[in-house]
Amino acid sequence: MTGLFRDKVDIALTVNGEPVEARVPAGQHLVDFLRASLGLTGAHASCEHGVCGACTVQVDGKAVRGCLMLAAQADGAEVWTVEGLSDTAEINDLQEAFVERNALQCGFCTPGMLIAVKELLAGGGVPSRAEIREHLSGNYCRCTGYEAIVDAVETVARARAERGAA
Amino acid sequence: MTIQFGNPDRPNSYIGKTVPRPNAKRLVQGRGIYVDDIVLPRLVHVAFVRSPFAHAKINGIDAAEALNVKGVLRVFSGADIAKVCTPWVAVLAHLKGLKSPPEYPIAVDRACWVGEPVAAVVATSRAAAEDGAALIDVDYEPLAAVTEMMTALDADTPVLHADMGDNLAFQRLHEQGDVDAALKSAHKVISARFVTGRHTGVTLEPRSILVDWNPAEEQMTAYHATQAPHMIQTALAKHLDLPEGRVRVICEDVGGSYGIKVHVYPDEVATAAIAKIMGRPVKFVADRLESFTSDIHARDHEIEAKIAVQEDGTIVAMDVDDWTAIGAYSVYPRTSAIEGNQVVNLCGGPYNFKHYRAKTTVVFQNKTPTCQYRAVGHPIAVAITEGLVDMAAAEIGMDPVEIRRRNMFRDDAYPATSPANMRFEGLSHHASLNKLLELMDYDGLRAEQAELRKQGIHRGIGIASFIELTNPSPFMYGIGGARISAQDGCTVRMDPDGSIVALSGVTEQGQGTEAMLSQVVAEGVGVPPSRVRVITGDTQVTPYGGGTWASRGAGIGGEAALQAARALRDSILEVAAAMLQSEQSKLDIRDGAVVDSATGEARMPLEELGRIVYFRGDTLPKGLPRELVQTRHYITSDYPFAFTNGVQASYLEVDTDTGIVKLLKHWCVEDCGRVINPQLVDEQIRGGIVQGLGGALFEEIHYDADGQLLNGSMADYLVPMAAEMPDMIIGHVETPTQESVLGAKGAGEAGTAGSPAAVMNAINDALRPMGAQVTEMPFTPERILRALGALKD
Repeated sequence: MTGLFRDKVDIALTVNGEPVEARVPAGQHLVDFLRASLGLTGAHASCEHGVCGACTVQVDGKAVRGCLMLAAQADGAEVWTVEGLSDTAEINDLQEAFVERNALQCGFCTPGMLIAVKELLAGGGVPSRAEIREHLSGNYCRCTGYEAIVDAVETVARARAERGAA
Repeated sequence: MTIQFGNPDRPNSYIGKTVPRPNAKRLVQGRGIYVDDIVLPRLVHVAFVRSPFAHAKINGIDAAEALNVKGVLRVFSGADIAKVCTPWVAVLAHLKGLKSPPEYPIAVDRACWVGEPVAAVVATSRAAAEDGAALIDVDYEPLAAVTEMMTALDADTPVLHADMGDNLAFQRLHEQGDVDAALKSAHKVISARFVTGRHTGVTLEPRSILVDWNPAEEQMTAYHATQAPHMIQTALAKHLDLPEGRVRVICEDVGGSYGIKVHVYPDEVATAAIAKIMGRPVKFVADRLESFTSDIHARDHEIEAKIAVQEDGTIVAMDVDDWTAIGAYSVYPRTSAIEGNQVVNLCGGPYNFKHYRAKTTVVFQNKTPTCQYRAVGHPIAVAITEGLVDMAAAEIGMDPVEIRRRNMFRDDAYPATSPANMRFEGLSHHASLNKLLELMDYDGLRAEQAELRKQGIHRGIGIASFIELTNPSPFMYGIGGARISAQDGCTVRMDPDGSIVALSGVTEQGQGTEAMLSQVVAEGVGVPPSRVRVITGDTQVTPYGGGTWASRGAGIGGEAALQAARALRDSILEVAAAMLQSEQSKLDIRDGAVVDSATGEARMPLEELGRIVYFRGDTLPKGLPRELVQTRHYITSDYPFAFTNGVQASYLEVDTDTGIVKLLKHWCVEDCGRVINPQLVDEQIRGGIVQGLGGALFEEIHYDADGQLLNGSMADYLVPMAAEMPDMIIGHVETPTQESVLGAKGAGEAGTAGSPAAVMNAINDALRPMGAQVTEMPFTPERILRALGALKD
């Protein structure tokens, strides 16, 4: 194998704030690496071509499809998954609002959904229901019909805005 | 046993209240355990080679190259698997004449649809298994494919399964009254052709199974994403020649199901067979293309139907000719004749009329098999019925609400029997419709619609009443010979610390089954729901049961849980009476403590009773029963099925330039009997509505004339996403079933049953002034533009 066409790639990154070094198959997707090699099974593989959002994780501050990014591309990146964001309590209010409003049923879309919502709310302010729906239009949920999710996001956005104003 | 459900201030009043779901917190933290999250020592992965042809003879399979791939361990053909696994024939005795050929886990010498498994590659990783599968060289000899439903029975159409004689799987004709005479003498007869698009469930978690065979114990353990663990246990045992007691099916979290995961799938049985051959755990998780080609499809129907009405709007007759194409095999063990059968049973459901004829013709074709999917048959029957009723109203110049009022069974007319011979214990069509009209401000919306029409904005209001079949008795499957339990059980026990554990045969796929059980048990025993731990989905642990389908979780599983909880309460109070030297009838359990029932005065916490029973039994009277574990089972017996009813309304806008439909709002009033958890019921209905909206507007599996699947990805097969979906207003009328103490009938499918018809009627309401009408789902922009005459080619 030449340097240009290796079937294994060495990567060093941080995942949920912890340093990780690994040798990964060149064709392995980030979500498969997180799930199979690191045991972070919160992100889920589903459509495997970037349409459903179940594999959404945070890479360098942005919501990214774990099935469209190779693990090899995450070299040097800062990756956060739902497990890490739960540990830091960063999305605690969102998680509580999802539970309170029953904005999840089977829960398979929820970790990806939460990371997409986190990105939306990071901008501050209270997005309209249409804006919430638009931002989540790449995250498929077959169970809820979306309304409860929109409600939960709206509730958290309002609460955060009020806390910020206080 | 009485519970004062009418009194919200009664002690332990958890039934009827929104209580948190015990599993939700875990799921939002990514701590769910879905099958693909489970890893066992020596685990291997299987990938399937699937037929690229709709119909082809398999002349040979060359696995040499595949076996050279690093990580590939074994390759199995259909014949290899057939050595350890018998084929199945998916028929039921009560569906007279239903036929289907033997089906093997992997095709043996002939593939009958694009996506049928033809070989299995086992490797140390899924990636290696896929690499190997890509190198399997199958020598196919393409055969003529049957792909057109309406010509499947023509003499010049090839017969798909020669042994079956023809392509007819099943036919049923039901006739009541004199339909021909009624059609002849009626004031108006309106005919229409309806088409419902073949679609599928698109569960976010693909079908998944991990099977371990332990030769030392002769025990098979299947970790399976399924709705019916005991049914799967039976199927694996039967076809792999194992005693049922040696097969354990464990069902942890399931990432969406909706009927997709209630069937026996060839690739999943093959996975179990491979585990048995290799003596080690094997995992199969379908990828998305496999999901589209091998998950069951549904709703592939074409219908010619007529309604006859008098001048005053009275419905006198309905005549329905339904055709459905079910793919290459009837699906095991529930069969693929049920959907067409349901159309016959459910058309005209809300209405009291005399003359009814319905026929369903179920044919084979070279496509993915179809079977039961959320609200089986209902969206089709409701679309036919409500579509015709609206057309009749328009024809005689009557408001769509008025024609329904004139024909729906009166709310005091029960018990009643429909022209399809469905027996109704108690429904509330009129109360539900009245509530709906109030919630939506029907008159206000009509005024707004008229006003906007003047500005060239085309809005429509569509209404759809419906009945929904729930809580099936053995009349659904058992009498036909299927080992699918209509009964369900629950074991409730008290541990020494006073905590309660409930083990139930019904299952959780996100509906909130475990929350429902926890609050029923909490109220039944007299403890807070947080003190109840619910265990479902393990055939070695829970009582035997049917699982969760046909909206039976609350109605059947909930009642078993209530009976078991009340029995445990009685056992606890018997011990308490002896300890407190009181009479059992004077004691109650409230909030986790034994109390004086008259005054509510605390007498003893449950943990003290637990301490005495488990550790100081010597201090209790000799011979005193101290059974702090109770099991009860429940089965319906007065009616073959419970029926719920409801009514939905859709308000939408049609862009007549683009054909795009914008959903503005949706309403549903549902009578699911006793509401156990208002929030969970409402969210079941919302989710169900949106699933129906998908079928109405977006979802359709496309095949070409050769039977090639054309849209096998989520980029090509559209599903409802957040941006296109409306907010939904949900209301309830409660007519509890008298068959059970709990009175719950089930709420999981009502949303899906009615929403496509409501949308169809709303679109046609918007289009009617332009003389256009659509009846072929999904109502894509193209179909709407064609109806408007804007597209002609």
